[in-house]
Amino acid sequence: MQPVRYRVLHETRYDYGSNVSLSQQQLHLSPRILEWQQVEEQRIDIEPVPTWRRDGQDVFGNPVTWMAFHAPHDALLIRSVMTVAVMPHQPKDIEASLAWEELRDRLAYDSTDPVPADLDATRFLFESPHVRVKHELADYAADCFPPDTPVLVGAQALMAKIFREFTFDPEATTVSTPVLEVLENKRGVCQDFAHLMIACLRALGLSARYVSGYLLTRPPPGKPRLIGADASHAWVSVYAPDGENDWVDFDPTNNLLPNTEHITLAFGRDFSDISPLRGIILGGGGTEPDVAVTVVPLDEEELPSELRDPGDDAPESAADDQ
Amino acid sequence: MARTLLAIYPRSPRRYDEMLAADGSVRPHWKQFLDHLDAVTPEEMRRRLDFSEQRIQENGVTYNVYADPNGADRPWALDPLPLIIPPDEWAELSAAVAQRATLLNAILDDLYGEQTLLAEGLLPPALVYGQHGYLWPCRGVKPPGGIWLHHYAVDLARSPNGRWWVIADRTQAPSGAGYALENRLIVSRVFPEMFRDLRVQHVADFFRDQLDGLTALAPVEGDEQPHMVLLTPGPYNETYFEHAYLARYLGFPLVEGQDLTVRGDTVYLKTLRGLKRVHVILRRQDDAYCDPLELRGESALGIPGLLNVARAGRVVIANALGSGLLASGALMGFLPAICRHLLGEKLAMPSVATWWCGEKPALDYVKENFDDLVIKPAYPTQNMEPVFGNELKGEARDEMLRRIEARPHAYVAQEMVNLSQAPTWSRSHERRLLARPVGLRAYAVTTPDGYSVMPGGLARVTTAAGTRIISMQRGGASKDAWVMTSGPVSQFSLLKPSVGVRDLVRAGSNLTSRVVENLFWLGRYSERFDDSARMLRVALSRVVVGGGQKTPVVIAVMELARRLGVLPKPEEDSEVKEGGEHELLEAIYDPEQPGSLACNIRSLMWSATHVRERLSLDHWHSLNRLQRDQQAALKSHPALTEAIAFLDRVLGVSSSLTGFAMDNMTRDDGWRFLFIGRRLERLSFLALTLAHFLRMPAARSQGSLEWLLELSDSIITYRSRYSRQPELLPVVDLLVFDESNPHGVVFQATVLGNYLERMKRELGDDFGAGLAAALADLQAFDLRRLENIQFDSARDYSHCEALADLLLGLDSAAVQLSEALGMRYFTHVGDVSRQTMAV
Repeated sequence: MQPVRYRVLHETRYDYGSNVSLSQQQLHLSPRILEWQQVEEQRIDIEPVPTWRRDGQDVFGNPVTWMAFHAPHDALLIRSVMTVAVMPHQPKDIEASLAWEELRDRLAYDSTDPVPADLDATRFLFESPHVRVKHELADYAADCFPPDTPVLVGAQALMAKIFREFTFDPEATTVSTPVLEVLENKRGVCQDFAHLMIACLRALGLSARYVSGYLLTRPPPGKPRLIGADASHAWVSVYAPDGENDWVDFDPTNNLLPNTEHITLAFGRDFSDISPLRGIILGGGGTEPDVAVTVVPLDEEELPSELRDPGDDAPESAADDQ
Repeated sequence: MARTLLAIYPRSPRRYDEMLAADGSVRPHWKQFLDHLDAVTPEEMRRRLDFSEQRIQENGVTYNVYADPNGADRPWALDPLPLIIPPDEWAELSAAVAQRATLLNAILDDLYGEQTLLAEGLLPPALVYGQHGYLWPCRGVKPPGGIWLHHYAVDLARSPNGRWWVIADRTQAPSGAGYALENRLIVSRVFPEMFRDLRVQHVADFFRDQLDGLTALAPVEGDEQPHMVLLTPGPYNETYFEHAYLARYLGFPLVEGQDLTVRGDTVYLKTLRGLKRVHVILRRQDDAYCDPLELRGESALGIPGLLNVARAGRVVIANALGSGLLASGALMGFLPAICRHLLGEKLAMPSVATWWCGEKPALDYVKENFDDLVIKPAYPTQNMEPVFGNELKGEARDEMLRRIEARPHAYVAQEMVNLSQAPTWSRSHERRLLARPVGLRAYAVTTPDGYSVMPGGLARVTTAAGTRIISMQRGGASKDAWVMTSGPVSQFSLLKPSVGVRDLVRAGSNLTSRVVENLFWLGRYSERFDDSARMLRVALSRVVVGGGQKTPVVIAVMELARRLGVLPKPEEDSEVKEGGEHELLEAIYDPEQPGSLACNIRSLMWSATHVRERLSLDHWHSLNRLQRDQQAALKSHPALTEAIAFLDRVLGVSSSLTGFAMDNMTRDDGWRFLFIGRRLERLSFLALTLAHFLRMPAARSQGSLEWLLELSDSIITYRSRYSRQPELLPVVDLLVFDESNPHGVVFQATVLGNYLERMKRELGDDFGAGLAAALADLQAFDLRRLENIQFDSARDYSHCEALADLLLGLDSAAVQLSEALGMRYFTHVGDVSRQTMAV
């Protein structure tokens, strides 16, 4: 099958209102390369120019960039542009996955040498800052995992249950709303649903990781694509070894298994490991950023001028003249 | 006599006794000490105990307890009898401690690196990935020299058969070595002959080893001297005393997170003279709070970017970030196999038998043997007190078992150990030895030749015979631990190291901006509280003289006090009762009233607490006494005369504080900022007082000039010069223009100018211009304009108004100067870093 190619623009702007004298930022804004995802080009422009910068990989293998600003500045603009190709990777047959109890027992410690892939998956088996593991969560997921249920079938049922019972509501939560509160109030955004689903799976003794990235949205028929109308997205990946891929993605916000319309930036135990832009500043007033994301399918649509050729600014000024 | 002390000493068949053998005979290494105790008269023993307590009081040896609402400091509890350990036993013990430190360091290196322990199934992933103490961003960091664990403490206990067991490992930021040192200094002087005769090994070598170890690892460039600091979470930490004490002993600047800043790959100390690179951070702050950029972001305590400096290998963080992981008791059961795997040796000292409930067979065992076990959290970050199985009954027991079943990997069970008992000296009896359960905390530090173990350590006893947990937080006491040697005793002392020319430290070269800021405020607050005490005393004494009536003098003084903020502004409809007595008492004692004396004392204590390590012990002592005085008075609802006596005492303490500062502090930049603070505060107080006074119709009587002189502490000078009733011209001359009056306006401005001049020479910043201009304006005032003016009955007060304007001008120059200094030199303790987050 053919890969689907995208151009993504992710702009973050801070207007601090007053001078920030010292700032350090950690960026998880570069997409990682996966078996089903190629990165054709990628660039991050920053204003003001950082005093110091280092690129590397985090402990989960995601690209990460650290930067520091030592001169006073009252605004920060981070503009990340990338061209990414995504291959279809949905599992053909979720019924074929292991029974969930069998997998649970494989992941539990028994003092013999563990299978390397299982050991690797245990990194995503326990509590993490945004994912508490409590019996309430196991209780919530119980009816999706009757005995002998294949793990991916159970995960799909859990995803559907969350989609059914929870309301998408950007006003209901913040980045620090605990997962048990989300469970109680049945409201939240993609992050909350992802954390909740992960917490339920881990409470059952299964490994699940948090994925951050972008999702293609379709403008209403006949309307042009609006620049910056998208947002960054988050979903879940579940460990199900011995299939086509060891990890299978689930998107509880949209109740679907991501295939070619999800672009992966990074994965970790939860949001805290891979928050796109995390910083510490000294000084400044307001700290609420403006974020604008645009995802354009390259082979279907003409590229808006803002997203043309990330390697060259010339077309942009030409576009301004029109 | 010997029979008496021993005769009533309690024996316990269930415990090992440190002093007595099973047959009741005195163990050989205790014989000499016990004979000595018997020979000491009760009076002599009491004198020695007093010495010990006094020393603890005077040195301010404290242990802060968070939960204690009445002031945080509790005096350190020390039992004078040492725990004596014979040489052969110690040789075995210290080798085992060193081996364990080596092992734990190797485990950290593995878990933050290759992770062979997980790959080979030697450790369950739950005890690594499941722990909040496993700091993920630290994986792949390679600390200088491969050392993660620079200092290590281990809690040991002796079981009834005489074997030592490990109860707990301390790998985060082990505390107590400083207390052990202080205990040694005290106890060796309580029993000087015994200390000598028993050939007790000194502990100073241990601290030298620590310095050598850190120095060897310091990532210096060229012939740089390693710059090492001790990082503390601040004065409210339970062992802050120790942080300050060790910093002073080791010669490290004591710093808080805000004192350090990361620029690129390098971490620096913010000093008055700019940024100075730091090579070694001896950390007493928990690792998760050390870098808000990558670790816990909600905390303002840390140093953003520190982890990147660690990645670049450009700083030694002791212990390395992530080391807290190993404090989990759940690891203990896995150590014997890991030791064989990593070191190829047998683990020398056993841990107390431990079952991690995350393994099915272990969980079953725990359920079956619940009564014989202590249940503890598997993860040190869990908030849970140890629970004794046999103390849980009924519903509580079922609930505990349910919790364990639900999350077995979060719990460990340990065998209950009957601790050995050691003799302690009874404080409530004339002459008696008590037997108390005892444990020993031993310490090891890394050196170029492996781990070095402190000969001795911190021994701790419970307060009651039956208590099963030893904890300083719960009111236990400590003991010195004496390790006897068969060889010669090393005479090394860190207190007198030999210093070469290049080691010389010039005063204040390492002053942090934060310390300077706190010294500046210490200066301001100590002057402010002196000023308000003086003003309140003037007012109170006038109330007493007026027999409680609202005389014109009382009205004038109180109005001035109100204008200066010493008294609160009156509410619209309230009538001032009687002579204002009640209002004045509140302004003295009520700490909640802004501007009150009590409030100023509190601010003074606050800034003093933050520079405690820079103050002499006497200095600190005076401040403590002052606060005790005020707190005592708050409870007793004093009358007027008592209040005046209190103010007299306050002013006495105040002048002794000034004396200490003048006489006992080195004249470095910090001292200069302390006095700039004082002079600025006094300048403002005097200028405002005089300006308001000159403008207040209520003050216009000849008698007012008398209390004005008293207020500015210049009455003696005036009388000796003029021997007549105060008149306006000579009073103004003395209080404003006389350059020799230390309580005069021009004097303050001139001295300030000198400090600023010096600062300009040494630090290169010029702040003096505004103040100099305002001073010149004031000095241009023609005093002849005040000649022949009757202050109480003049037709025209425009000259007074003109002078008042000039004084106010000087005050605003002072305010601007204070702000400019703050902008340039201070860290802005209130201005903390904030986290930002975008998705």
